[in-house]
Amino acid sequence: MPAETPSAAAPAAPDRRDLAWYVDKAVQVLVFVGGVSAIVFIFSIFVFVMGQGFAFITTRLDLGEFFGSIAWRPTSETHPTYGILALIVGTGSVTGMAMLVAVPFSLGAAIFIAEFATGKVREMLKVLVELLAAIPSVVWGFIGVSIMNPLIIDIFDVPVGLNVLNAGIILGLMAAPIMTTIAEDALKAVQDGYREAAEALGATRWQVIFKVVLPAAKNGLAAAILLGVGRGFGETMAVLMASGHSINLPTSVFDSVRALTATVAAELGETAVGSEHYRALFTIGIFLFMVTFLINVTADLILRGPRSKR
Amino acid sequence: MFEPTTLNARNKQVQTLVKILFLLMTVLLVLPVLMILGILVARGGPMISMDFLFTEPTKGMTAGGIFPALIGTVCLVAVALLVSVPIGVAAALYLSEYAPENWLTRTINLAIINLAGVPSIVHALFGVGAFVLFFGFGTSILAASLTLAIMTLPVVIVATRESLKSVPQAFRQACWNMGATRWQTIRLVVLPNSISGILTGVILGVSSAAGETAPIMFTGAAFFLPFLPQSVFDQTMAMSLHLFVISTQVPGVPEELPYGVALVLIAMVLVMNALSIGFRMWLRGRKKW
Repeated sequence: MPAETPSAAAPAAPDRRDLAWYVDKAVQVLVFVGGVSAIVFIFSIFVFVMGQGFAFITTRLDLGEFFGSIAWRPTSETHPTYGILALIVGTGSVTGMAMLVAVPFSLGAAIFIAEFATGKVREMLKVLVELLAAIPSVVWGFIGVSIMNPLIIDIFDVPVGLNVLNAGIILGLMAAPIMTTIAEDALKAVQDGYREAAEALGATRWQVIFKVVLPAAKNGLAAAILLGVGRGFGETMAVLMASGHSINLPTSVFDSVRALTATVAAELGETAVGSEHYRALFTIGIFLFMVTFLINVTADLILRGPRSKR
Repeated sequence: MFEPTTLNARNKQVQTLVKILFLLMTVLLVLPVLMILGILVARGGPMISMDFLFTEPTKGMTAGGIFPALIGTVCLVAVALLVSVPIGVAAALYLSEYAPENWLTRTINLAIINLAGVPSIVHALFGVGAFVLFFGFGTSILAASLTLAIMTLPVVIVATRESLKSVPQAFRQACWNMGATRWQTIRLVVLPNSISGILTGVILGVSSAAGETAPIMFTGAAFFLPFLPQSVFDQTMAMSLHLFVISTQVPGVPEELPYGVALVLIAMVLVMNALSIGFRMWLRGRKKW
């Protein structure tokens, strides 16, 4: 690049190595900012949700009522109560049902894909599992409302098909892909030497799997289940649509329930910004954030081991 | 001569049985996808027409097409990508090319896992608290897209990081030995060799952003708005919210209408996913190292 001002005492044009050096440093800073942004974002999610819910927590929140009462009556004119116990039970029952569906099937699928399937079949199954993960939550909810609902009414002869069973099956199918993927990774990570040693001792394939591979991969499998629970716990639209959305302590899988996430999604649009009800919904948000945070951190610890090990 | 003992025979039987059992479980897991697709195509397929795609909903959303929602989703996803791709690629570059093995890198990885694991409704609450109220964007495309961007960030980061890591270390070393700086190495060697993998991640980001409902419900997507957005500060309809609204909130919707909307939405998402999967397979076949 020629110097712009040809004055007598023009400073020497920066030589290319210097420029490249500065660009390199600038990029390093930019890229570092990008890397740290993930921490900034997760931190600001907590701060901003807390920011809206804080007034409720300091002035209105009664932990005994919040976690101990099943009365969620935020719109009562005379005496609004904010008890989320029924919502926790709703989320818990749907997630539990989901795990009953997802754990055996996704672990079974992971074992088949990792240990039995080969070549084209394996590729195809992995692609199908990936497609299962791609179906948007609202489409799952729609399937719950329009396909599963009449099906459950017909098969079990119950009046309402939007219930724990419906939402649980839907949620199980939604949580299965991530569980299958993580479990399969865990099985693949077991050293082949283990398998070969067992086979050399005369073990058959299934003996190798049950006696050697599964025990060796148990941490990864536990993390897979935990992440599945996290998915079920945090899922919003599908649960809102398929669970029936009525406050209820369920006594059977055919009872409608209401989930924590669904409550926030259904009520946030109808509350005035800054009202007590509005802030109570953000408080539920904080609770959801903390629980999923805990689940994710635990799963990460199980998967990677505590820091001291490295 | 080697004769199989009864024990051998029994073992073989059990093994076949176990294999079939696991195969059955796998099939039962993936069968729903195919069934759902089949039902959506069978019932929604007849709805799809040029009119359906390119006119607006009429009669209180019980008739007409989906044009504003279709355009709305495209706008939301486009703006979200403008934000999440640069940040995501920068983060992935840092993690793959610069980050030392220390507590900060570990914390970043943990933050990414948590960003992906936070419930979508909490992302929505964050969007309301931060973008709608604090930054004063109001309920707008901008606020909704920023919320979506943060949600899809982990998808972009993880896919890009994997793609960058698959470039052999020897390529970088060769470049450094020629006296190139880190950035020159990244620009001339690492990025050109991983750009297609990055694209795969971007497509996955698009597909997950297009299907999200909860994060845009309160930050910028409108129930019914038969106009096209004029600027990023307008609200817009979106396919996902439109499906939610007509399948649960509006009485008197003809039964087949939501199937049509669901089919278009899932087609958008799956076509992009198929593209990304196909792209990845093609790349794997073409790799020279």
